[in-house]
Amino acid sequence: MSATAKAGQVGRSLPRLEGRAKVTGRADYIHNLRLPGMLHGKIFRSVVAHGRIRRVDVEAARQVPGVYAVFVSDDIRRVIANPYYGPAFHDQPILAEGKVRHIGEPVAVVLAEDPHVAEEAARLIVAEYDELPAVTGEVEAMTSNVIVHDVLKPAGTFPDLKHLEGRKGTNLALDFHLRRGDVKPAFATADHVFEHTFRTQPVMHTPLEPFVSAAEPCDGTLTIYTASQSPSFVRIEIARLLSWPENRVRVKTAFLGGGFGAKLYIKLEALVAALALLTHRPVKISLAMDEQFFTITKHPSTFRIKSAVTKDGRITARECEVWWNGGAYADIGPRVTQKSGFTAAGPYDIDNVAIDSYALYTNRPPAGALRGFGIPQLVWAYESHTDMIARALDIDPVEFRRRNLLRDGRPQATGTVMQDAATGKVLDRLVERIGWGRPFDRGQGTIKRGRGVAVGFKASIAPTTSGAIFNIYADGSCALYCSTVDMGQGSDTAMAQIAAEVLDVPAESVRVVHPDTDVTPYDMATLGSRSTYHMGNAVKRAAEDARAKIEALKAELGLPPGSNIPLPELFRRKYGMQAGNIVGIGSFVPSYASPDHDTGLTPNATPFWMVGGAGAEVEVDTETGHVRIMRLINVADLGTPINPRIVETQLSGGAIMQLGFTMQECMEFADGQLLNPSLADYKIPGMRDLPARIENEAVAAVQQSGPFGAKGVGETATFGVSPAIANAIDDAVGVRLRELPLTPEAVYRALVKGGR
Amino acid sequence: MSATRHIRFTLNGRPAAAEIGTHETLVDVLRDRFALFGARESCGQGLCGCCTVVVDGRAVSGCLFLAAAADGARVDTIEGLAPGERLDPVQEAFIECGAFQCGFCTPGFVLMTKQLLDENPEPSEDEIKHYLSGNLCRCGAYPEIIEAVRVASRKRKSGG
Ligand code: FES
Ligand code: FES
Repeated sequence: MSATAKAGQVGRSLPRLEGRAKVTGRADYIHNLRLPGMLHGKIFRSVVAHGRIRRVDVEAARQVPGVYAVFVSDDIRRVIANPYYGPAFHDQPILAEGKVRHIGEPVAVVLAEDPHVAEEAARLIVAEYDELPAVTGEVEAMTSNVIVHDVLKPAGTFPDLKHLEGRKGTNLALDFHLRRGDVKPAFATADHVFEHTFRTQPVMHTPLEPFVSAAEPCDGTLTIYTASQSPSFVRIEIARLLSWPENRVRVKTAFLGGGFGAKLYIKLEALVAALALLTHRPVKISLAMDEQFFTITKHPSTFRIKSAVTKDGRITARECEVWWNGGAYADIGPRVTQKSGFTAAGPYDIDNVAIDSYALYTNRPPAGALRGFGIPQLVWAYESHTDMIARALDIDPVEFRRRNLLRDGRPQATGTVMQDAATGKVLDRLVERIGWGRPFDRGQGTIKRGRGVAVGFKASIAPTTSGAIFNIYADGSCALYCSTVDMGQGSDTAMAQIAAEVLDVPAESVRVVHPDTDVTPYDMATLGSRSTYHMGNAVKRAAEDARAKIEALKAELGLPPGSNIPLPELFRRKYGMQAGNIVGIGSFVPSYASPDHDTGLTPNATPFWMVGGAGAEVEVDTETGHVRIMRLINVADLGTPINPRIVETQLSGGAIMQLGFTMQECMEFADGQLLNPSLADYKIPGMRDLPARIENEAVAAVQQSGPFGAKGVGETATFGVSPAIANAIDDAVGVRLRELPLTPEAVYRALVKGGR
Repeated sequence: MSATRHIRFTLNGRPAAAEIGTHETLVDVLRDRFALFGARESCGQGLCGCCTVVVDGRAVSGCLFLAAAADGARVDTIEGLAPGERLDPVQEAFIECGAFQCGFCTPGFVLMTKQLLDENPEPSEDEIKHYLSGNLCRCGAYPEIIEAVRVASRKRKSGG
């Protein structure tokens, strides 16, 4: 399918098409949306982590001048009979019913024309709860007597969740198991066995445009304007909740002020839809920054990993047990658990693998997808573990990786044979760039230096579908209709380049129509670095279809094949005037085979592999525990870049985000309360937190099945950052950290306890 | 919260007036009365710089700055930076360097960069980081932003 780019549109570092709109402040975000007669909603939230709602008193709020209405869950039921939503489980109520299951859960909502009035009034709502014991830890949730949901309610969309229907007395929302070979004899006969446990902390996406959705009712239809990465899903889910056909729900997005996996599935959309139907007026809800922390987070995790290793450094067996803290509502957590489960054993060629991956409900804010879909949590553990083994066996950590690396042509843990996964090249380029094996300044006195590397990989989300329409107008200008959401990753530009390459026109001349479910065709969602590959292939096919139709029209008009008659002239000859369209359509569904329920094995786990590695050089102050990152190197296999410049910014941006999750970010809970839901106390990386040097490289690679050899890149640079830094800290001062973030305090405490 | 007052000010070089609530911020008023969306609220706490507005030549956090305090002032927003077809050199540099992804933080960074270069036409990397440390970019476009500041500095020097 891969055709090399000849027209010069693909492979070009074209500046983003929307650059001008963004630097002039005129780019369109849902954040800016104003609708005539619009009401603003303010959510009143739970202050307990788990409790029965005894009473919600909204009277005082109703009395505030300017308040239009105050609603609780009973009101929602007047327009939505069964107000529970979610992509994997229908477990999340639009407003809490009977019980609250996490801090910050929406309980009531105030509507007013003036958002300040709504906010003031929401403060006057009083709720009383009978507090219940809460379960907060993922490992604890496996065996706890505290049960978050009385009955499990799988959505029915995923066949592998069906068996959980109606299950009671459990917090387990999915268990994924993989068995390859037999680990038991391998461990029994191993020269060495290593076992370690690693943890990751709760963190949040923190898009700078906070969640925002609006709904506008019209005669029997509803239009939802939402900062969403998944407009097609929103339409299907809202239609389901309302028992309406899809064609009565229209979902529109604009540019997103960041997404990172936060703005997926249903967040505020079901609430604004219900409110619009209750009031017959447009309703908009814009969250404040602090409310985002209660809406969606990244899964905290615990990962126990155990390896059998021969004395010459070959890994013969690996056992992985991963617990994912999914919070009070499943969101997409079960998918994170399963998909990341495929690769929990790392990019190594291991004959005997056992993986158990568990999605758990707890009384924490819900966790979902965050740039990597669980992979950064896993790589953190397995690449720390890899270094620990190498050091214990006194083998160079790079050499140890080379001996065990999983390469093309070899089966991965699921049994799927690796293809177009440049693991070797990524490691080689990292090693070359960092100058591994060459002497370097190890620091002196209280300042010690060290280096570390890490390589991770990921299976793409499958099976998923993308569709695209390429429309040529009568003057020869053209537009691309696709539901991929440009949240900063540059998809508008990349898709225009792909279409332009096929039609041999400048990419700048392709107008990209933003997602609008009445106009743009279905797309599963903008997530998991899937768009370049899936939508890219669909766009390529749509453009090819348009090109074929141009040729067919020429033939119909008796023009010789290959005639270079200008398009406007072609239309005039056909229609007698400037009229008509040529519409190309394309869709793409890669092949995929579900893993066997018992063994987790499948011959076709993913349409493509993403490979990302990081190298870090750090300086540790042994008196304070402070770590300075002197150099951060990101190397990735993303196939052949559509737009090298944008690809580089994706690598660099992804790595900087992961640097925040590695060094500083952590949602701090105490006594059931979240202590730091604000940028004042939850510090995301700023200018001052940058590594002294940051370098990015895409290795020369081709994804045969990708559009012009390309595949996804949005998440790749997040994989290796955390373990590369922890490995470098160990290299510098001989202490091993097993829990993120790597704060000066954590480093200092480890130093006090003593290094190797 | 019903107290209102009338304010007059200069907005991007033109006289402007508005009836405002005394609790309203400058971002509220620019957005709701003047349909200017370039200064936008994100953290609402003066910590991210997304709401940057220039008042009497000084960059302020529009999310904390009460609109009442703009009475009589000269207010400049990102929309006033390049009213015509031609972009400001800082804006050009941001596009050329790919110094943004989602673009939500970009107006704030562009305005701060312009202020920086007005004060210090050839800042060092450390001075750039220091001056822009109050602006956050979750997409992590910082390396490209630093590059854009340098490019803008060169462009301004060469008059283009
Ligand atoms: S919104 Fe004003 S500084 Fe963040
Ligand atoms: S470009 Fe997205 S926050 Fe800066």
